[in-house]
Amino acid sequence: MPKPVLLFGYGNLSRGDDALGPLLLEYAESHCGLDEVEVLTDFQLQIEHALDLESRRLVLFVDASVACVDAFDFTVLEPARDKSYTTHAMSPAAVLDVYQSIKKQTPPPCFLLSIKAEQFELGDGLSVNAETNLVEACSFAGRLLSNPDLGFWLKQVNAV
Amino acid sequence: MYEHLETAENRDSLKRVVVDPVSRVEGHGKVTLLLDENNKVQQARLHIVEFRGFERFIQGRPYWELPVLVQRLCGICPVSHHLAAAKAIDQLVGIDPAYLPVSADKLRRLLHFGQVLQSHALHFFHLSSPDLLFGFESDISKRSIVAVLSEYPEIGVQGVKLRKYGQEVIRMVSGKRIHGTGAIAGGMNKSLTKAERDYLLEDIDQMITWAEGSVALIKKVHCSNLPYYDDFATIRSNYLGLTKPDGALELYHGGIRAKNEHGETIMDHIDYCKYNDYIHEEVRSWTYMKFPYLLSLGQEQGWYRVGPLARVNNCDYIDTPLAEAARVEFKAHSGEAMVHSTLAFHWTRLIEVLHCAESIKVLLNDPDIMGSDLVAQGEKRYEGVGVIEAPRGTLFHHYQVDENDIVTKANLIVSTTSNNMAMNESVRQVAAEYLSGRELTEPLLNNLEVAIRAYDPCLSCATHAVGKMPLQLELIDAEGKLIDKLVKHSDGQIERDNA
Repeated sequence: MPKPVLLFGYGNLSRGDDALGPLLLEYAESHCGLDEVEVLTDFQLQIEHALDLESRRLVLFVDASVACVDAFDFTVLEPARDKSYTTHAMSPAAVLDVYQSIKKQTPPPCFLLSIKAEQFELGDGLSVNAETNLVEACSFAGRLLSNPDLGFWLKQVNAV
Repeated sequence: MYEHLETAENRDSLKRVVVDPVSRVEGHGKVTLLLDENNKVQQARLHIVEFRGFERFIQGRPYWELPVLVQRLCGICPVSHHLAAAKAIDQLVGIDPAYLPVSADKLRRLLHFGQVLQSHALHFFHLSSPDLLFGFESDISKRSIVAVLSEYPEIGVQGVKLRKYGQEVIRMVSGKRIHGTGAIAGGMNKSLTKAERDYLLEDIDQMITWAEGSVALIKKVHCSNLPYYDDFATIRSNYLGLTKPDGALELYHGGIRAKNEHGETIMDHIDYCKYNDYIHEEVRSWTYMKFPYLLSLGQEQGWYRVGPLARVNNCDYIDTPLAEAARVEFKAHSGEAMVHSTLAFHWTRLIEVLHCAESIKVLLNDPDIMGSDLVAQGEKRYEGVGVIEAPRGTLFHHYQVDENDIVTKANLIVSTTSNNMAMNESVRQVAAEYLSGRELTEPLLNNLEVAIRAYDPCLSCATHAVGKMPLQLELIDAEGKLIDKLVKHSDGQIERDNA
C-alpha cells in the first residue's frame, strides 16, 4: 500500500527558480517526519502521475509560480480541463481530471503549494527573492506535514 | 517541393498570420504565414526557440557529472541525453562500445527501450490520438486526451498505463524516476535485483498486447483514408539513422546509415565518431535553429529526416517478430521503397513501441541484467562522441576535456534540429495545399499543428508555468496593425479579440 500522504514537488533543479518544488522536498526530507508521507519529484506533470494519486488520503503538489502575489500560496485543487492538456507539462488540476476519467471516482483531497518565482534560465540558481520565499514556504509545509489532517489543511487554505 | 515559400517577394505588402505558440509541441514554436490580399500564402516559416545555452551549461563541468547534468537539459527526454552523454564519456575513460561489460550494455538498452516506449506512448495517446481519432478539423473540445478517455476509454487508459510502464522501467534501472545515475563512465552503477526484474515481468505481456493493438489501430486509421494520409504534409526526403551491422533496426548503438528518397544508400555503417566528416549545420537569419545537411549532397539537397519514420524506412528488418511483421505490412502499404508520408511517423512510432515492449521482455528474461560486472576502465582520452537513436531521432553528444577532466568543448545535435528543414517543408506543403486561398479558421490552422506534431518535436526547456501554452492566432495587416486575434483553449473555449 502506498503511504497515505503524497508530497509531489516538480520542476528542474537547473532552471533557476523552477527548482523551488524539488528544493522544498529536500527540506522536507531533512527536517520533517515522513512516516506517513511519500515524496515524489519529476520535471513536470504528466498523465501517468494520475496513477500516483491512488489510495492517498492527502496530496500536496508543490510548484514554482510566477502568478503568486505573496511568497507562497496554498489552494485546494479541483479536477479541471484547462489549457495544459495540449502540452507536455500538465497542470495539477488536469492530472486530477485524468484521474477522474480513468478511475471513475473523485480524486483524493489535493492541494497546491505555489511558491513565487521569477527566473527560469538554464544554469541559473535561485533568485534572491525565491530563496526568501522558499524559507517561508518550507516552514509552512513543515506545519502541514506534521498535521496530515484534511480539516487542518483546509483551515490553512483559508488562513493564507 | 515548397522552398519557394520560404521567403516571399514584397513581404511588406502582405498580411501576416502568426500561430504562436504551437500547442502540443514541447517548448515554444511559432508559425508565421504571410498572405496576399486574396489570402494566398506567399511565405510560410516555422520558427523555433532552439536549445540555446546547452553547450555553455555543460562546459566547465567535470565529465563525470554529465550523465546526471544533461538530464536537466530537457524534461521530456532526460534519459536520451543521459545515455548519449554516458556513451561519450565511456570514451573519455578509454572504453569503446565493444568493451562495455555485457551486463552494463544490456541494462542501458533496457533503460533506453523503457524511455522510447514511454515517450512514444505519450506522443501518440496523449498528443496525437485526438487528431487522429476525431479528425484534424474536428470540434476543438474533442482534441484532448480527456475526450479520448471519454469516447475511447480503453485506448485512453492503455496510453496512460503504457506510459507508466515505461517510466517504471526507467525507475527500476536507474534507481529513480529522474536524476537517476544508472549509466556512468564505463558502465552502470547498479544492476536489476530479482525482485525488480519480477516486478517488471508481471505486466510486460499486457504491454505487448496493448502495443499490438495500437499498431492495428493506427494502421486502420491511416488506411481508412489512404490518399489523404499519404499526401498530408508529405515531402520526399533523405533519411538518416543508426542501424545494426546487419542492417537491423537499432536504437542504442550502431553505424550511421543514410538513404535517399528512392531508397538508395547514400552512406552506410559510418562510425558516428566521425560525424563531422559527413554532417554540417547551416545557419539561417530568421530562426535560431540550425539546418543540418549531408556534406556529400550539399545544403540544397542534403537535408534529411530522422526519427521513427527514418529508422523504419532505413532498416532492413526488425529483430523482434511482432514488430517485424508490422514493419513488413507498413512498407507494403505504400508500394515504394521508402514511405514518405509525414503522418506515417505515427504508424512507425507505434511499430517501435511494439519493438520496445518485445525487446524489454527479452532483456527481462536475460540473466545478464542481474549481473555484477558493471564497469570497465581503460586509458584516458580527451575526446568522446556518443550517439543514440532518441525517440525523436538521432542524438549527438560530443565532448572534449582537458587534463583536469573538465569539459572544454561540447557540441550537441538534437533530433529536432535534424528535422528542422523537413518540418518547414511540411508546413509549407500544408500551407500551399490546404490553406492557400481559404479563409483562415482555427480548424484549418490546426492542420499546420498536426503537420508539426507528426515529427514530435521536442523544444523542451523543462520549465513550466501553469497555463502558459494557449494557442494564439493573430492577423496583422500590411501596416502592421492587429486586425484579428483568436485565442484557443484546449477545453474548447475560444476567445476572439477584434482589435
